[in-house]
Amino acid sequence: MAIAETLLGNGSAREPSGPKPKSSLSPRNIMLYGTLIVVAVYYLLPLYVMVVTSLKGMPEIRLGNVFSPPVEITFEPWVKAWATACTGLNCDGLSHGFWNSVRITIPSVIVSIMIASVSGYSLANWRFRGAEIFFTILIVGSFVPYQVMIYPIVIVLREIGLYGSLWGLVIVHTIFGMPILTLLFRNYFVSLPVELFKAARVDGAGFWRIYFQIMMPMSLPIFVVAMILQVTGIWNDFLFGVIYTKPDTYPMTVQLNNIVNSVQGVKEYNVNMAATIITGLVPLAVYFLSGRYFVRGIAAGAVKG
Amino acid sequence: MNDNGYLNTSGRVMANGKGPSVSVQGMALSYGSIKVLHELDLDIADGEFLVLLGPSGCGKSTLLNCIAGLLEPSQGKVFIKGKNVTWEEPKDRGIGMVFQSYALYPQMTVERNLSFGLRVAGLPSAEIKQRVARAAEVLQLEPLLQRKPTALSGGQRQRVAIGRALVRDVDVFLFDEPLSNLDAKLRAELRVEIKRLHQRLGNTMIYVTHDQIEALTLADRIAVMKSGVIQQLDEPLTIYNRPRNRYVAGFIGSPSMNFVKARISAGSPAPNLQLSSISIPLTDYVPVQPLVAGTDVEFGVRPEHLRLGTGPDEGSSEPVDAVVDLVEPMGSDSLVWLKVDGQVLSARVESSQRFAPDQPVKVRFRVGLASLFDAASGDRL
Repeated sequence: MAIAETLLGNGSAREPSGPKPKSSLSPRNIMLYGTLIVVAVYYLLPLYVMVVTSLKGMPEIRLGNVFSPPVEITFEPWVKAWATACTGLNCDGLSHGFWNSVRITIPSVIVSIMIASVSGYSLANWRFRGAEIFFTILIVGSFVPYQVMIYPIVIVLREIGLYGSLWGLVIVHTIFGMPILTLLFRNYFVSLPVELFKAARVDGAGFWRIYFQIMMPMSLPIFVVAMILQVTGIWNDFLFGVIYTKPDTYPMTVQLNNIVNSVQGVKEYNVNMAATIITGLVPLAVYFLSGRYFVRGIAAGAVKG
Repeated sequence: MNDNGYLNTSGRVMANGKGPSVSVQGMALSYGSIKVLHELDLDIADGEFLVLLGPSGCGKSTLLNCIAGLLEPSQGKVFIKGKNVTWEEPKDRGIGMVFQSYALYPQMTVERNLSFGLRVAGLPSAEIKQRVARAAEVLQLEPLLQRKPTALSGGQRQRVAIGRALVRDVDVFLFDEPLSNLDAKLRAELRVEIKRLHQRLGNTMIYVTHDQIEALTLADRIAVMKSGVIQQLDEPLTIYNRPRNRYVAGFIGSPSMNFVKARISAGSPAPNLQLSSISIPLTDYVPVQPLVAGTDVEFGVRPEHLRLGTGPDEGSSEPVDAVVDLVEPMGSDSLVWLKVDGQVLSARVESSQRFAPDQPVKVRFRVGLASLFDAASGDRL
């Protein structure tokens, strides 16, 4: 009898006991999952259109069925986008720009993170003379709009002979990453217990040893955050790339723009879509591979100011 | 050179005829207009266990950090083993330090934590091994050597932190509230362990705490601090029994001392303590300075120095009338709150003695063990 009652779910006969039964169709769940699904569709739909279009041939695209999957799958647009698409006179696709971007991004990321982490560490732990002023300048620096500095930097780069070269762009990216990165690192190091730093000093460790052997091993999440911020920021940058480089040193984003906006002949939508996806793959991959650290590190770095 | 074989430039001589192990002279520290330490002098003998005791914000940790070299004083000097180390780096001062939050390097095993300082100093690995083994043996850390700090309990972590100071073979140990993060039981255990360690090693130890039980149980001498000034520097029992001022009297002792507002009146053979309707002769009281009739005073008496009942009692005053207000049983004894002549006092009695609220009782004071403070200045009379 008792079993039968339980199975029938006779509400009035059941005494509340144990975990409270939860309905999966509660208003809260409907609201939550409904919103999540709508937002996900909203963001994924353009991506879907891009992927689908990039796998179609031009005759199929002309039919105008944007959302329909490709009847005949072709990878030719991808090959063309990578290797033979034309920007002006040279027709070697995105590949050239890709390697330029790699050569810009890697040194910029490494150098900017190295400098910013050391200055963040010394701001947080070694209160040197003028540290407060330096920190204030840094904060103000992060609010100055980039556009203000474009022309002065053109002149500076011209004077030191780096205008138009990859290294000039590396320097620009490193400098512009400095305020926000230093702030990020400083806030993270401030949140670490200061007694660790004191203990290391009593143990006789100096500036660099404390940095490399105590602070750095404890700060993996914030290094990952800084890396993601810099890789995506620098990879996606268009403004500095188009201003401070020349056609043969253009980063990928600039080349992508040139391919998409070239107006000779037919607009090859499939090639444009493929080129855009290829360009976006690097930041996407970085997010997917380290998203977990990203959230953790942002939380850790943001709590204490 | 003196007979200890080192140059004693601090110029101080302790009671045992030697120079002090640690000497702080005229040390002051201020952040802008806020003075954290006021021109402080402190001499600590070789092998002494000194406790700096005070509420949070009294400057005790700041003083310790200045001795360690982790903070720079605004003025004054620090001598360790007779050497002026005011401008030395912490590592060159011959100190080891233990922190409240353990401050173990999280990515290193216990063994690497212990040996970090030695590796920094570039000692030969055989020597490092031997010293780590000795510290591990003293603190019973051998089974834990290959563990990371996250796999240790609070008590074990703090033992490792002590071990890290131990391996460095230093003259002076500095403890910055080392037991405050532990639960009550572990705290009691580790307190005994620290005391035993001091007996075994005989190093000079300076210990900062806000816990008076730790101070009373561990210290050779206690320095009670308030607002950057040492209020009294004495042996624990002297501090407990003859506090130099009203502040020290109120800070030390749990349950805390009773304070009764009163006035000195003339009497024979000794002056009397005059409450509004009661008068207590101060025959047994040993004053610091002659008591002047008419002075407003605070009469401080510890709960255990109140006697309830009319039975004869050596050293107690004549009984006065009181009414029981409230009873707090505490296991081994009970705290009875009394109303005496309009003022509230607590008395500590054996828990076998039962009292009920509103019960009239007779109370006697052990005047010889009480303290008198000037109501205006708070100084002991």
